[in-house]
Amino acid sequence: MLVVFSLGVVYALPNIYPPDFAVQISTESADGTFTERALNAATSRLEKDSVEYFGAEMQENGGLIRFPNDESQLRARDLIQLALHDLPDEYVVALNSAPTTPQWLVDIGGEPMKYGLDLRGGVHFLMEVDTESAVGERIEGLEQDIKRTFREKDDRIRYTGFTSPVTGALRIAFPDEETRDRGERKLKDRYPQYIILASKSAPELTLTVDDASIREMEDFAVQQNLQAIRNRVNELGVAEPLVQRMGRDRIVVDLPGVQDTARAKNILGKVATLEFRMEALPDATRSSTQKFDYEGYSADIEKDVILRGDRVLDANVGFDPDSGMPQVNIRLDGDGGELMHRSTRHSVGRRMAVIFIETKTRDRKVIEDGVEVLKPEPYVVRRVVSLATVQSALGVNFRITGLQAGEARELSLLLRAGALAADMFIAEERTVGASLGAENIKLGAFSVSVGLGFVVIFMLLYYKVFGLAANVALTANLVLLVAVMSSLSATLTLPGIAGIVLTVGMAVDANVLIFSRIKEELKKGMPPQQAINAGFERAFVTILDANLTTLIVAVILYSIGTGPVKGFAVTLSIGILTSMFTAIMGTRAIVNLMYGGRKVERLAI
Amino acid sequence: MDTKFDFMGYRKIAAGVSIVLVLLSIASLTFNQVEWGLDFTGGSLVEVAYENPVDPEAIRGHLTEAGYTGHVVQYFGSDRDILVRIPPQKNLDSKENARLGDRVLASLKQSSGQNIELRRSEFVGPAVGEELTNQGGIGLMTALGVVLLYVAFRFQLKFAVGAVVALFHDVMITLGVFSLARWDFDLTVLAALLAVIGYSLNDTIVVSDRIRENFRMMRRTKPVDVINTSLNQTLGRTLVTSITTLIVLVTLLVLGGELISGFAIGLIIGVLVGTYSSIYVASNMLIVLGISQEDLAIPEKEGADDPDLMTGN
Repeated sequence: MLVVFSLGVVYALPNIYPPDFAVQISTESADGTFTERALNAATSRLEKDSVEYFGAEMQENGGLIRFPNDESQLRARDLIQLALHDLPDEYVVALNSAPTTPQWLVDIGGEPMKYGLDLRGGVHFLMEVDTESAVGERIEGLEQDIKRTFREKDDRIRYTGFTSPVTGALRIAFPDEETRDRGERKLKDRYPQYIILASKSAPELTLTVDDASIREMEDFAVQQNLQAIRNRVNELGVAEPLVQRMGRDRIVVDLPGVQDTARAKNILGKVATLEFRMEALPDATRSSTQKFDYEGYSADIEKDVILRGDRVLDANVGFDPDSGMPQVNIRLDGDGGELMHRSTRHSVGRRMAVIFIETKTRDRKVIEDGVEVLKPEPYVVRRVVSLATVQSALGVNFRITGLQAGEARELSLLLRAGALAADMFIAEERTVGASLGAENIKLGAFSVSVGLGFVVIFMLLYYKVFGLAANVALTANLVLLVAVMSSLSATLTLPGIAGIVLTVGMAVDANVLIFSRIKEELKKGMPPQQAINAGFERAFVTILDANLTTLIVAVILYSIGTGPVKGFAVTLSIGILTSMFTAIMGTRAIVNLMYGGRKVERLAI
Repeated sequence: MDTKFDFMGYRKIAAGVSIVLVLLSIASLTFNQVEWGLDFTGGSLVEVAYENPVDPEAIRGHLTEAGYTGHVVQYFGSDRDILVRIPPQKNLDSKENARLGDRVLASLKQSSGQNIELRRSEFVGPAVGEELTNQGGIGLMTALGVVLLYVAFRFQLKFAVGAVVALFHDVMITLGVFSLARWDFDLTVLAALLAVIGYSLNDTIVVSDRIRENFRMMRRTKPVDVINTSLNQTLGRTLVTSITTLIVLVTLLVLGGELISGFAIGLIIGVLVGTYSSIYVASNMLIVLGISQEDLAIPEKEGADDPDLMTGN
């Protein structure tokens, strides 16, 4: 018991060290290394403007500078942005809070509880990807492809109509059964992945895309948006963003510390695109080409665009069956395939470039009221992400080979990010201002301590010495609760604090059950020591039953709740478990300590 | 506490009171409905802090002038804090409605003439609201169902029915009070409702546990007297736990801030009703269902858990 309690104290300890105000710098440079130079540039600027700071330290991919108060933290952020603006690489400068957990605690895995957005301030978005229309568009594309297949010159098949009876299915009507059979053979040959059935009553074929394929299309649409958001979030200057898929078609985006929701939405809403262009011939005129850097060399690329990202349906990493080397498989829609074919059939041996285009915002120095400030301005970045030799005339499906595994992955991600994006909209948004967050923490902590104080007083008055034991157990319970929360890295929310408060109130229940049993046994004339034993034993089953059912309810609450309410369920569940432990084991240990091993005449209960 | 209240002597009056209260709640829920919060209805909400006290009437006027309809403007905590709730606007498409909060904030900033600080802004889309409503309902039903099974397994079916009726009673009356008082029912109140189920169940189980034990020990006593004795034996514990829980809840209500007050109120009502229901509703149901010594005669599995029972039998 004592061991568990001391462990509890140790792991709860990180929470009493208040975090420092800090500014976090991370880099967006290509190799992802953060240089001491940037940190020095930042600190010397701070010294120049005499902003107080302490503990500038290098971290993985970035640096962290701590400040004594929020005022200097805010000023420092602007100054650091200005200072780093002149350096070649791009940096993300974000407000953060740095834990001050002592090293020996960090070494044994101690860390403070994480605060939810409602406590630290920030924006929470729940984005919904319009997978239904994404799938619809795919099916429409399929229809176009099939029509093109039927119109092929050497094997023309006449059809009379296309209908879509349900999503994911196409019904094709033919003039007669013979044509239908030819069509069936051709489609089965061309599209082995779909289910193709001939109708018995009419010259018709039904092509069905199975659920797994539809799920795949949906997955693609969601993954694509997920990737796009991940690319964008960096621009917002957020210290610890969370971008996570949730369920079938939703994406959670948590941006701690962000207050300007309008700007966040603008940046997240932007999409990247692609252009496929040929490398210029040596005799091309200057005005028809554009210079790009690619892998350290400069390349002249034609200005004419073969096709854009909206024609790309899919891109994924595969392996070349011949060489076993990684490759990127690209699939275009029907029109895209046609455009690609037209451009490449006479260009075998030339190189084709894939250009990735995105709109970013960058800060520009302007003089406002005689002071240098940074103003955000949008700009377009175009870069060549692939330059590969065309081996043959390309169509709907083609591949880029000769890549390393990492390159292939990176390229397929970029291709996906630039492909036609499924629409995405905001299903839910919750923004909490920084001041409200801080206020919530203050009020929450205050309620917990005052609530605890009142309960402690009440128990002392009502149960006297045994009340003291219960109070020690109650305090131990609170410490254990915090320790368990911390070591599980569970997130504390405002309803979570309410859960802690409730736990304080309900945790004495187990003790009360035990004590009233002991009182009863005493009344029946049992000697004190035996009464204590009997009380603990008899109450045990009751405590178990009562707490297990409450735990079941808490688990249900966890499974239906979203964000903050989940936080309540978490603290409530952990609270139930720790309170059972402290009441049964803890109180007993204390009572034994007080009354054990000696003859007791009277119990103060 | 050494009490000898004849609880069950008043059981008919209590049953009447309970039935009337539940019926009143159902009537209020039917006619008055519940003030569903943003979490369930969908829409936008903006909470801002002004530098100086402001008049909600003026803000209402500004918003109407700016062309918004259906907005509700109220103080939130102090006369400098304003909460604006606004449903999706018909003249805007779904994308624009998702950004309604930003527009309202901009419009407030423009019309106020003083610095205002954003404290909180929420948007809940129609799909999410509907889902939450369904999930909430399913959650409550699942909770009741699982409790029924657990208690039936650990005790006996009659106890399970008693416990579930008591929980239903507590949830209905708490909902009824929210409906009558026109308080906002948001996600935290739903959480409170589930916590009420947990709390009230805790109480009911403690009482049931004692009733079961006493039925096995007092073999020749009438069921009503067994229940009366059990209630008296557990009364002290029931009251102490309720008092400590109410202490912390009132603390939370007074000190915890506006955001958590719905939760605190919901639980306070629930704990009060739940304490009463574990004494009167659950036990009353046992008598109505005709509980008797035979129902609990066979120790079965429970005997192994509880060595005391082996000597009793």
